[in-house]
Amino acid sequence: MNYWLVIGVSFCYLALLFGLASWAERRSAAGRSFVGNPYIYALSMAVYCTAWTYYGSVGRAATTGLGYLAIYIGPTLMAPLWWVVLRKIIRICKVQRITTIADFISSRYGKNITLGSIVTIICVLGIIPYISIQLKAIASSLDLLTGMNEVGRSPLFGDTSFYIALGLGLFTIVYGTRHVEATERHEGMVTAIAFESLFKLVIFIVAGVFVTYGVFNGFGDIMQQATQLPDFERLMTFDNDSGFSQWFWMVVLSMLAILFLPRQFQVAVVENVNEQHLNKAMWLFPLYLFAINIFVLPIAFGGDLLFNGASVDADMFVLAIPLSEGQSLLALMVYLGGFSAATSMVIVATIALSVMVSNNLVMPLLVGIPAIKNQYQNQLTKLLLFSRRLGILVILLLAYLYYKGVAEYYSLVEVGLVSFAAVAQFAPAIIGGIFWKEGTKNGALAGIVVGAVLWFYTLVVPSMVGVGMLPGSILEQGPLGIAWLKPFELFGLQGMDYISHAMFWSMFLNVGLYIGVSLLSRQTSQERNQAEVFVDIFKYSTVFESSIVWKGTAYIPDIKSLLVNFLGQKKAEVAMKAYKRKYPEPEDESGKADPKLVTYAEKLLSGVIGSSSARIMVSSVVKEEEISIDEVLNILKESQQLISINNELRRKSMELRRATEQLRSANERLKQLDELKDEFLSTVTHELRTPLTSIRALSEILYDNPEMEREDQEHFLQTIVKESERLTRLITQVLDLERFESGKQKLNLGPVQIEEVVRESVDALSQLVQEKNIDLVVDVQHNLPAINGDKDRLMQVLVNLISNAIKFCNPEHGRIIVSGYYIDGDIKVNVVDNGKGIDPEFHKQIFDKFYQAQNQNIRKPEGSGLGLAISKKIIESHQGRIWVESEVGKGSKFSFVLPVKVNVPANV
Amino acid sequence: MSSKEKLKVLVVDDEPSILMPLEFLMRKSGYQVFVARNGTEAMESVDKEQPDVVLLDIMMPDVDGYEVCRHIRGQENMNGAKVILMSAKTKDADIKKGYDVGADLYIPKPFSTRFLMEKIKELTQS
Repeated sequence: MNYWLVIGVSFCYLALLFGLASWAERRSAAGRSFVGNPYIYALSMAVYCTAWTYYGSVGRAATTGLGYLAIYIGPTLMAPLWWVVLRKIIRICKVQRITTIADFISSRYGKNITLGSIVTIICVLGIIPYISIQLKAIASSLDLLTGMNEVGRSPLFGDTSFYIALGLGLFTIVYGTRHVEATERHEGMVTAIAFESLFKLVIFIVAGVFVTYGVFNGFGDIMQQATQLPDFERLMTFDNDSGFSQWFWMVVLSMLAILFLPRQFQVAVVENVNEQHLNKAMWLFPLYLFAINIFVLPIAFGGDLLFNGASVDADMFVLAIPLSEGQSLLALMVYLGGFSAATSMVIVATIALSVMVSNNLVMPLLVGIPAIKNQYQNQLTKLLLFSRRLGILVILLLAYLYYKGVAEYYSLVEVGLVSFAAVAQFAPAIIGGIFWKEGTKNGALAGIVVGAVLWFYTLVVPSMVGVGMLPGSILEQGPLGIAWLKPFELFGLQGMDYISHAMFWSMFLNVGLYIGVSLLSRQTSQERNQAEVFVDIFKYSTVFESSIVWKGTAYIPDIKSLLVNFLGQKKAEVAMKAYKRKYPEPEDESGKADPKLVTYAEKLLSGVIGSSSARIMVSSVVKEEEISIDEVLNILKESQQLISINNELRRKSMELRRATEQLRSANERLKQLDELKDEFLSTVTHELRTPLTSIRALSEILYDNPEMEREDQEHFLQTIVKESERLTRLITQVLDLERFESGKQKLNLGPVQIEEVVRESVDALSQLVQEKNIDLVVDVQHNLPAINGDKDRLMQVLVNLISNAIKFCNPEHGRIIVSGYYIDGDIKVNVVDNGKGIDPEFHKQIFDKFYQAQNQNIRKPEGSGLGLAISKKIIESHQGRIWVESEVGKGSKFSFVLPVKVNVPANV
Repeated sequence: MSSKEKLKVLVVDDEPSILMPLEFLMRKSGYQVFVARNGTEAMESVDKEQPDVVLLDIMMPDVDGYEVCRHIRGQENMNGAKVILMSAKTKDADIKKGYDVGADLYIPKPFSTRFLMEKIKELTQS
C-alpha cells in the first residue's frame, strides 16, 4: 500500500481526534458535557486495552495459547471490588485534590516528598517501555502495511514514528495541559479516548468476523482445522508446572494494574465526575473486555494456519490476514484500529506521567530552593505549565529512544508485563494505606524501594542483558559469579517462569517490609492525621477542612496571595468566596487565618502543584507549631463525635419536623372536616326550618280560627301533610348520605338490567309527566349486558335525574330523552332535558350536597339539595362515574356510566 | 297614617307553603294584602303599591331579601314603611346584616304567627 496514503490517513485520524476533543470541550463550555455520561466513563476506562490487546493478545495466543486471557480475567475479577476500593480512592482524591498515584501515596504518608519522587521515578521507568511498545506497534503495522522497513529506520528525523510521537505529544499538550489545575477535567481528551475505545473495538470485531466467516467457515471450521496444528494440544491446555503459578501471577498483576497503572488512575479516578458512574463501569468494562477477546483465538489460529511456517510476526496476524487476502481497505481500517489503541494509551499515560513529574519531582525541587521560590513566585504557574509540556515531550522522546534501542527485541506482551510488575509495587502501600491506619511512611518507603529494586533486578536487568548492555554471564553464573544472585533464580528459587519469579520475590519482600517496618516505626502527627482521614474518608469527606489538625499562626493576606500566585486573581477570589459560603464565621479581627482556611488553601494548592509542594508553600508563609500524635487523635476523636452528634441532631430535627408537618396537616384536615360538618349541620337545620315554619303557621291559624271555611281548612291540612312528607324525605336523605359517606351503606348486589331500571323509573314518574304535559322519550338498547349492582339504588338515581329533568325542563314544551347503550366496556345512561341549562361554572358543584344553599342568598327552585349528591355516591359505589354536560339556554344532559367488567351472567 | 284606611301589607316568600298561610292571616286581620314570589316581583310591588308593612323572606331565586330591603330604604316615599325580615338563616352575622340594611325586625324561622301579629301591631301603632 502506498506509504504516503497510510501516513496521510494516520494524520487525518489524529486530526479527527483533535476535532472531536475540541468539539467536546466546546460542548462542555456550553453546559452540555459528554463526560456526565457513565458510558463515556466506562469506555474511557477501556484505555486499558492498548496495542498489547489489539496486536499482542493474538500474538500471545498464537505462540503460548490461552495464557493471553489472564490479563482480562484479572480486571474482570477486580471490577466488583471497585465499589469498595476504587470508590474510596476516588473519594479520597476528590476531597484531598489528589491528581496522580504518586501524590496519592505521598499524601497518605504525611505528604512526604521522598516517597512521591520515588513513586514518580518508578512510574516513569516502568511506563516508558510501555509507551515505547505502542510506538513499536504503530511502526510494525506501518511496515507490514506499506512493505517498508520502518522499524529499521535510523532514529529521529528520518523516521515516521518520530513524527507520530511528536503529533501525539502535540495533542497531549493541547488537551492535557490546558489548565494549570490538574484536578480540572480534560473533557476533550476523555471524549477522544472514549471514541478510540469504541473505534478499536468495532474494527477488531470486524476483522475477527472477516477472518472467522470470510476466510474460514465460522468458529467450528477454524477450531477443526486448528486441531491439525502440531502444538494445538499445548496451546489449549495449561497443565505444566509453571502454568498455574504463571496464571495466578498474571491475574494478580492485572488486578493491580487496572487500579494502579497511571493511565487507569487518570481515567478512572481523576477524570471521574460522579461516583455513581462506577455502577455502570463495573459491568460495562468487563463486557468490553469480553467483546474484544471473542475473536482473539480465531484470528490466532487462523494466522497459524494461513502462515504456517512463513515468517510473519504473530503479533501482526490481525493485520497480516486481511492483507494476504487482498482486503486493503479492511487492512487500512485494522491499521487505524491499532493506531487508535496505541495512541489512546500514549496520550493518557503521558499526561499522567507529566503531571507526576512536574508535581512530584520538579515542583518540590523548585519550591524547595528559597532563591527560586522567592524570586519567581509570581511566575510559578507558568513554570508549572512549561514543565508539564516539556515533561510530555521528554517522556515521549525517551519512549521513542527506548523503542529504538530496546523494545525492538521484545514482544509487546513481554514489555507490557514488565510495566505491570512495576506499578504492582504500589499496591501494598495504597491498599494498606486506605484500609490500615497503622501503615507508616517508613513502611511504605521500605516496601516500595525494595520491591522496585527487585523488580529492576529480576525483570529489567535481564532485558538489558538481552540487548547486550550487560554481559550474559549475569544471567548464567550470577553477578561476579555469585550463583544465588542470578536474576532468574534469586536466592536459589527455581522452577518458576520469570514473571512469577519476579513477582514472588518483589511482592513478598514489599508486603513483608511494609507491614514489618510499619509496625516497628512511629508515625509523625501529620502522617497519623492523613492516615485517619484516608481510612475513614467517608466519615470526613464533608468536613474535610476541620478534620485536618493544624496549629500555628497564619495571616489571611499571606494565604490569599499564595492562592493568587498559583490560581490567578480570578480563581483565587472565587475560591475565597466558596470558602466563605462553606464557613460563614466572621474573620478574626487581627487578620489571623482560621486553621480551616489554611487547610482549605493547602488543598487547593495540592490540586495544582501536588500535595508535598503545597505543604512546602503553605508552611513557608505560616508559623506552625508542633502537635503531638495524641493531640491529633484527640481532636479527631472530638470532631468525629461532633460529626456523629451533628448527624444525630440533624436526624432528630428531621424527624421532629416531619412529625410536626404530619400533625399540622392532620390538624388542618380535622379543621376542614369540622368546617364541613358545621356547614352541613347548619344547612340541614336550615332546610328543616322552611317546612317547619309552614307547618307551625298553618297549625296555629287552624287552631286560632275554628270558624274557618271547610275548604280552607282542608287546603291547610293538605299542605301540612305535604310539608311533613318533605321533612321526612329530607331526614331520610340526610341519613342515606351519611351512610354512604361513612361507608356503612351496603349495596344489595345482583344482576341488574338497565333497561328494566329505566322502565320502572319512568313508570313511577309517569303521572307527573302527564300532568306537566311533557314529551318523554325512552331509547334504551335491547339485550344490554347485565351489570352487578343494587337495583333499588340505581332506580333511586334514575328517578332523581328524571324528576330533576321534569322540574327544570321547558315549562311549556317540556321534552325529556332517556337513553341507554353499551360503549367501551361501560353501560352509559343519559337523561336529557330542554330546560334553561346550567352554567359550566357549576357543573362540579351541583353534585355537592346542598350546593344550592351554601353561602348564598339565592335559592334554588325546589328539592332538598341532596338528590344529586346521593346519586353521585351511588354511582361511585358501583365504580361508575356521573357528570353533566350543559350550557345556559341549551338544556342539560346528565350522564352516568357503569362498568360492565364487574358484570354477572344475565338472568335469562 | 289614617286608621280608616286599610293598612297595606306586602308578603314576600318563594315558598308557596309559607306564602299561603301568611296571606290568609293578613287578610283575616283586615289588612290589604299583596304577595310576591321573588325579589323582582317584590320590588315591583313596592314601587307600585307602596305598602306600609313588608314581610320579607331573605333567600329567593333571583334578588335576595337584603337587596329588596335596601331598595325599600332607597325610596323617599317609603320612609315610614316597616320591614320585617323572616329567614331560616339564623346566624348572628345574618341577623346583623338584616338590621344593617334597614330592617325594623328580624324574625328567625320557624316563628309563631301570634308573635308575628303582635309585632306588626306594635310596629304600626307607634
